[in-house]
Amino acid sequence: MSELLLILVSAILVNNFVLVQFLGLCPFMGVSKKVETAIGLSLATTFVLTLASICSYLVQHYILKPFDIEFLRTISFILVIAVVVQFTEMVVNKTSPILYRVLGIFLPLITTNCIVLGVALLNANRSEYTFIQASVNGFAAGLGFSLVLVLFAAMRERIAIADVPKPFQGAAIGMLTAGLMSLAFMGFSGLIKL
Amino acid sequence: MSMVFISVIALVGLSLIFGAILGFAAVRFRVEGNPIAEQVNALLPQTQCGQCGYPGCKPYAEAIAAGDKINKCPPGGEATIQALAELLDVEPEPLDAVEGEKPQMVAFIREAECIGCTKCIQACPVDAILGAAKQMHTVIANECTGCDLCVEPCPVDCIDMIPVAQTLQSWKWEHPLPPGTLIATDRESLS
Repeated sequence: MSELLLILVSAILVNNFVLVQFLGLCPFMGVSKKVETAIGLSLATTFVLTLASICSYLVQHYILKPFDIEFLRTISFILVIAVVVQFTEMVVNKTSPILYRVLGIFLPLITTNCIVLGVALLNANRSEYTFIQASVNGFAAGLGFSLVLVLFAAMRERIAIADVPKPFQGAAIGMLTAGLMSLAFMGFSGLIKL
Repeated sequence: MSMVFISVIALVGLSLIFGAILGFAAVRFRVEGNPIAEQVNALLPQTQCGQCGYPGCKPYAEAIAAGDKINKCPPGGEATIQALAELLDVEPEPLDAVEGEKPQMVAFIREAECIGCTKCIQACPVDAILGAAKQMHTVIANECTGCDLCVEPCPVDCIDMIPVAQTLQSWKWEHPLPPGTLIATDRESLS
């Protein structure tokens, strides 16, 4: 149980995939203009991450490993992720057409979100992970992404109405803010004393 | 050699399984109609006036759902544009009409000149004109949306569009000025 908790805290805060490992930066910058959109995308991404890490674990342990064809890992994981994202797209289109329209291209682009493939490959590398641990790792990566994305979107909403000096307006102040947030998240590495 | 076979079979098997799942999901989560067009249609004023360039509010709603601009509805005015912008999460734009937002108008038939041709009745999208062939016509002011469509077909030009006078019931506060234009010197420097 404490193992799972450790995985959770590690993936959300200490080794946050966006701000510490610098994966999945495109949706982080692209879909953070409004909090509602950010919440929608983070829900979709968390769903995809959890489902993708479950599926890729199953593929890794029941197909690739028994047949000794682990060199096919990347291509089969990409296949898994593409299918999961396509599935998510259908679900979102059915449940919330407005969100589907607002997210637009960023919804299918979850496929190319580096976190998704990153988590699947990291899980496969840590062969000691059990099924539960692998899925919790995926879920926690999604939670970490959501946390950072929603926080960042809330900040950008405030920055949008703030009096920013002209050279820093727009994307520049966004980058600066992301850097400062990253700096703050690096501070979590002091959370665990060895 | 067997390695190649196993690899190919494994990937083909995976693809088949996933294809079956996606095929099932496509049937299970099929979207009926166009839900966005329905929601947009509910916000449009339903005058069916055609001033947006489409034959009615429903076709315009479908066009908006397919990506057309939201600022083509003069009867709806600023309020409709705001509501649409809120729904679709886009920036509100100023109304796209030659003469800008018109004051609320109502059609008025000069009844002494009316010849009872019923042409304006057929043109009216909201059935606000009362009358019969060779009988005098008149406008039900409460139903009239001020869309202008009855003016054109009238053969004797007896229909006027008159602005609705402001009453204590219809008066509203003016919209506040946008930020940065509050004091006179700001407005001068902008213009």
